[in-house]
Amino acid sequence: MSTIITRRTLLAGAAASSALPLFGARAQAPFGVGFVYVGPIGDHGYTWTHDQGRLALEKEYGARIKTSFIENVAEGPDAARAIRQLAQAGNQLIFTTSFGFMNPTIQVAKQFPKIFFEHATGYQRAENVATYNARFYEGRAAIGTIAGHMSKTGQAGYVASFPIPEVVMGINAFHLAAKKVNPNFKTKVIWCSTWYDPAKEADAAKALIDQGADMITQHTDSAAPLQAAEQRGVFAFGQASDMKAFAPKAHLSAIVDDWSGYYIKRVKEAMDGSWKTGDVWHGLKEGMVKLAPYNDAITPAARAAADEVQKGIIAGTLHPFTGELKDQKGTLRLKAGETASDEMLSKMDWYVDGVQA
Amino acid sequence: MLEWRRRREPSKAMLYLSPLIAIGLTMLTGMLVFGAIGYDGLRAVTAIFITPLIEPQRWADLGVKAAPLIMIALGLAIGFRANVWNIGAEGQYVMGAIAGTGVALLTHDMTGWWILPAMALAGILGGAAWAAVPALLKVRLQVSEILTSLMLTYVAVQFLYYLVRGPWKDPDGFNFPQTRMFSADQTLPAIAEGSLVHVGVPLAVLLALIAGFVLSKTVAGYAVRVVGRAPAAARHGGFDANGVTWAVLLAGGGLAGLAGLLEAAGPFGQLTPQFPVGYGFTAIIVAFLGRLSPVGIVFGALVLAVTYVGGEIAQSTVRLPSAATGMFQALLLFFLLATDVLVRWRLAWKARPAKVAP
Amino acid sequence: MTAAILASIFMTLAAAATPILLAGLGELVTEKAGVLNLGVEGMMLCGAVAGFAVAYSTGSIALGLIAATLAGVAAAMIFALLTLGLGSNQVATGLALTIFGIGASSLIGAGFVGRTITRLGPLFPADYAAHPWLRLVFGHDAIVYLSLALVLAVGLFLRRTRAGLILRAVGENADSAHAIGYRVLAIRTAATAFGGALAGLGGAYFSLALTPMWADRLTAGRGWIALALVVFAAWKPGRLLLGAYLFGAVATFELQAKAAGWSFIAPEVLAMTPYLATIVVLTMMSLGGRTGGRDAPACLGKPFPAS
Repeated sequence: MSTIITRRTLLAGAAASSALPLFGARAQAPFGVGFVYVGPIGDHGYTWTHDQGRLALEKEYGARIKTSFIENVAEGPDAARAIRQLAQAGNQLIFTTSFGFMNPTIQVAKQFPKIFFEHATGYQRAENVATYNARFYEGRAAIGTIAGHMSKTGQAGYVASFPIPEVVMGINAFHLAAKKVNPNFKTKVIWCSTWYDPAKEADAAKALIDQGADMITQHTDSAAPLQAAEQRGVFAFGQASDMKAFAPKAHLSAIVDDWSGYYIKRVKEAMDGSWKTGDVWHGLKEGMVKLAPYNDAITPAARAAADEVQKGIIAGTLHPFTGELKDQKGTLRLKAGETASDEMLSKMDWYVDGVQA
Repeated sequence: MLEWRRRREPSKAMLYLSPLIAIGLTMLTGMLVFGAIGYDGLRAVTAIFITPLIEPQRWADLGVKAAPLIMIALGLAIGFRANVWNIGAEGQYVMGAIAGTGVALLTHDMTGWWILPAMALAGILGGAAWAAVPALLKVRLQVSEILTSLMLTYVAVQFLYYLVRGPWKDPDGFNFPQTRMFSADQTLPAIAEGSLVHVGVPLAVLLALIAGFVLSKTVAGYAVRVVGRAPAAARHGGFDANGVTWAVLLAGGGLAGLAGLLEAAGPFGQLTPQFPVGYGFTAIIVAFLGRLSPVGIVFGALVLAVTYVGGEIAQSTVRLPSAATGMFQALLLFFLLATDVLVRWRLAWKARPAKVAP
Repeated sequence: MTAAILASIFMTLAAAATPILLAGLGELVTEKAGVLNLGVEGMMLCGAVAGFAVAYSTGSIALGLIAATLAGVAAAMIFALLTLGLGSNQVATGLALTIFGIGASSLIGAGFVGRTITRLGPLFPADYAAHPWLRLVFGHDAIVYLSLALVLAVGLFLRRTRAGLILRAVGENADSAHAIGYRVLAIRTAATAFGGALAGLGGAYFSLALTPMWADRLTAGRGWIALALVVFAAWKPGRLLLGAYLFGAVATFELQAKAAGWSFIAPEVLAMTPYLATIVVLTMMSLGGRTGGRDAPACLGKPFPAS
């Protein structure tokens, strides 16, 4: 730890100490930015999008920074070790990119009060730990709109992982948007109880298609549901990144995570000393959530409606969760005209009417 | 011409030398392979095998990673010596953690020094109970413990999933599948203020010393060896083979269960679906790395811990992909298992036709 | 439920059963010879990545399948070299092989992530399978038929041929077989190679037919299920077929039930059933006594010559 403090102090006094060649050389040491990934990087999907953010940093700052990453890190003590290793290796800002890294991040941050940490999708913060997340549900509202327009059977199949708030709010946002187009719309959910099992995800998609769904969307990690949709001749939406390559005909669009803007901003703040802890939840407006290019199969009406939803959300005139809203049990969740608070969203454990989960 | 010849006695020298030969061969092969596919082979091998040992900051990590491996491997090695093939330690490890966590959840608004020992006891009993199933089936019905203990591992893991997603889910945890965090009285203390090393680490080494003593200096240890090497002789000598089977399985399960509880109450501080990371399987490898000897197991566990910690260093410095760590571990095991042959066999020049004696 | 849906469910079921049937059948033969190779998952992954890499590079699924089979054999030969050649412990070596397969497939596959190929299609022309009921018979891909044929072939081989008898003798009592003059290690090596070949093919079924892509750990633990199935089947090919299709049926109906909105038992309980069932079958076999001794190879996992 002492070496890090020395290096930071030297960095601050870089210009003054250039008389000493040794110090001068060390002072120009690039600013270290570390990343901890939950999966392998691959070339699509959640971890890949974070790595794209890292590459954007390298492009933006060049030799002024040095990035390093550790992939395939198990959530738990192994994560604490990986984070600590990046901290001890001289990184001054460390992004930990999975929910399960929350406790390890807080724990390591206590030991390294001079290093800044950024934890994605969590809810615990500290002086030197900020959190950030994307409003994926805004993207879900846009693709739900497309699904509402494009579905002939009026049924969508949702290949889901676990009923955590993140996933539940995505399902509700998707369904509410589709229902706005088609009041009789049905969204059927299959819980796979896993984030990753390609064969099972594909079989879940097939089961949903067998039961009448002609729109497949997912909140699991592999591209297998898209392939199943392509094989069966129905439409589907990609997850986390553009997955068109896997299903050129079926892939209508995808919710794309783009972390680069946030990463570039935070690294700049960390370098110039203005970094402060905080909680950021960015969406379509800030560009953290985007839609992949539309497939030509999308009808002009659907296209226009989805664009309209996006514009409304960006302008702040439309909130995907606007009352009057009742859950399946009939409990009033939002009064007419009321919009959901962030707190309500981040604890969501109920489904809106018409969702079969 | 060279030929293999069986040694009359297993070679003591090779027993200790062969792991070093295996490590050397792994480093050499790794260097060549990763050099050939475009990485800096020398730096990769240095980062994986050397850096964790020469950077004092990493030593605590090594201890924490090695501790559960040592405990589980000890229990397994005792069984393997008695020819009892418990390969379901992962399940016993998980059940130990579950039983201990059960106590933690029951006592979550209580305080007292007794809570942690009670959790540890529950952990031992949980692991032993899970190992009792294969023991019963083996002793009573001659069902292979290899298969039953392996199958029970998957049952235990699914049971853990069920608990953390259902009845044991943290009520304040935003519906995330995990239990509440353990309280201060339910968490393992560190060996020193601010240290990462929890008391389970010295405990693991202590247990290794005790196991070494029991195995080499007591009648129970002798019984284990006799039953393992010569079951028929053991029967004649009045040793109860079934009793040994029960004892080694319960001991193995208990040690794995304790390791599970210590991992839950130490580094994890709760139970999550990510809790099973395969220590029970890795420990089988550790047991063989250590040549089934307790002291050897301590070193074997350290070697594997080095590859884990070093693998992460190699990722962040040489950008070696994480899959390479697995490759290194597999290579190490292959070479280790292969060089084991040197203990029992030796290479010799083929003897010339014997001269006729005058 | 219409015939079309029923047919579609059965097609999914058969596809889910096929890879574990193949891998299980290979392991069954290996175990019948007295060799316990726990590295099925590793060999499947080697097959999956090799199959995809070759199919992607050459554009030929057939070449991919051949490569996958060879990759499975190659992985099995590492195991054979160590356990049969050098007398190392089979359990430890099998686990090491799994670790190796996961790492090697990930390294080899890194360049193929995100690539796609045209999946292996049905064997017969679409006209044969126009009607849903006909599709049940004529709608599958070649590997499904191959796996069924292999079950029959292995069953006949083990029961009706001299070579099969010798293989079983080697698994039952290696010392006696050796004394009669059979080459125990050669026979065991061949059985291990066969196990590797079918595991490789089973793995390739994922990357070439079910989910035509490469991603790390694509088989997601099916190798362990295949291992359980062999025991569940009491080392009988016919029962293995039953077990594999039963597994496929449970997995498929679970998803169908969820899609139809029926509440079902906890997924965790369902996930542990194959393993619990295996333990129950093992216990029943021993209680029955009569079949127990005959089916489980007596020398399973034991080295030869004894050390």
